[in-house]
Amino acid sequence: MAEVIVEEKGKGGKKKAKKHPPRMDMTPMVDLMCLLITFFMLTTAFNKAKVMEIILPEKLQDNKPQDAPKISASRTLNIILGPDNKLYWYPGAVKPEDFNNLPPLMETDYSAGGVRKLLLERNRALAKKIDDFQKDVVAGKIQISQDSLRGAISQLKKVDDTGPIVLVKAYKNANYGNFVDILDEMNICGIARYTFMKIAWYEVRMVETAAGIQSAPKPATN
Amino acid sequence: MPKIKLPTKSPHIDMTPMVDTFCVILTFLLLTAQMRQTEPANVDTPFSISEKPTPDFNMMTFLLSQDGKVFMNFDNGGDTLTKFRPKILVEIGKRYGIEFTEEEQREFEKYPSSIGVPMDKMKEFLDAKSVKDRNPLQTGIPIDSADNQLAMWILYARQVNPNIQACIKGDSKTTFETVEKVLDILQDKNVNRFNLITSLEAAKINLEEIQQ
Repeated sequence: MAEVIVEEKGKGGKKKAKKHPPRMDMTPMVDLMCLLITFFMLTTAFNKAKVMEIILPEKLQDNKPQDAPKISASRTLNIILGPDNKLYWYPGAVKPEDFNNLPPLMETDYSAGGVRKLLLERNRALAKKIDDFQKDVVAGKIQISQDSLRGAISQLKKVDDTGPIVLVKAYKNANYGNFVDILDEMNICGIARYTFMKIAWYEVRMVETAAGIQSAPKPATN
Repeated sequence: MPKIKLPTKSPHIDMTPMVDTFCVILTFLLLTAQMRQTEPANVDTPFSISEKPTPDFNMMTFLLSQDGKVFMNFDNGGDTLTKFRPKILVEIGKRYGIEFTEEEQREFEKYPSSIGVPMDKMKEFLDAKSVKDRNPLQTGIPIDSADNQLAMWILYARQVNPNIQACIKGDSKTTFETVEKVLDILQDKNVNRFNLITSLEAAKINLEEIQQ
């Protein structure tokens, strides 16, 4: 078809010298732009970093002795971040008076089969409630906006009284990655009540026994 | 039969549409670009499932390097006219009896990344003209109880900008001792809400397990 048009335009073969528009070679420009784009691609931070929020209980202002909040020992789960990416836990509470007869620590790890399973088992009722709720929302049985969904879930967490109360403690050789990992597990498993607290001296001893670390020997006197 | 010889021309491709496309991409990148900052210490943030993005302004970031050094960064807030950074510098300068010139304040304001310089070296740091002279001075902000400059930075940052939030950016191999110390100092100054900066990671939990 193109040829037909050309013939029509030809007007009896009278051909004029066609005037070409001045043609510029664009290749160097393309090269330059390629370079600039590559530069910007590499220097731009595309995915913004995310943040995980954590709120710690306020410190006591003056050193007034204050009763520790009473929580039931049967619901308490102590998780201790150990050295060398190890993770220990024990249920209930330990009285500092029994320091000669401390219970052994159970060892677990950061994988899905380790601490997550442990937490989910104890948090089954709440996790199921949250999961059912979310499934209803996905299925369209409950119409709710994203913001109120979050509020509804935190309400579910608030009224829950079966899940564990997790106390996270860190041995001095633990690293920051462990800390973030364990807080992340709390969010994944939907643990309603957890806090981070300082490790007690008898727990230090328990970790050292479990990990086989000699506690720092007393300085020699002679 | 004589062959028809076509004049051999080098194939010429019209580059104009390509240039157009590239122009569009380039403009897009230029407008959306947020330059990646070069931090004084290399930090690999740990992963989490949190999807909350980092706040854009009103934050002070503590960078905890692998070897336990602490660096700090402030932003200028949503409005560039508020100029929180030089104000903080002037306030903390008063505390340590150091007076900073206009030029030094400007230098502090536009310094693109975290700063971890003890106060007695701050003047030298700001007056230095090249990166080479500056980097050896970045020895971390002192955090021991005898000379707790980090606490002072936090105090004045919150005084100048009451809405400031604390963000902690640590390497996953930073020892917990450093982190705990920083958390402790922050809590002493009544900051109880922290944002831990992490990278996003997908986590799946086996829900069939719960349903049983």
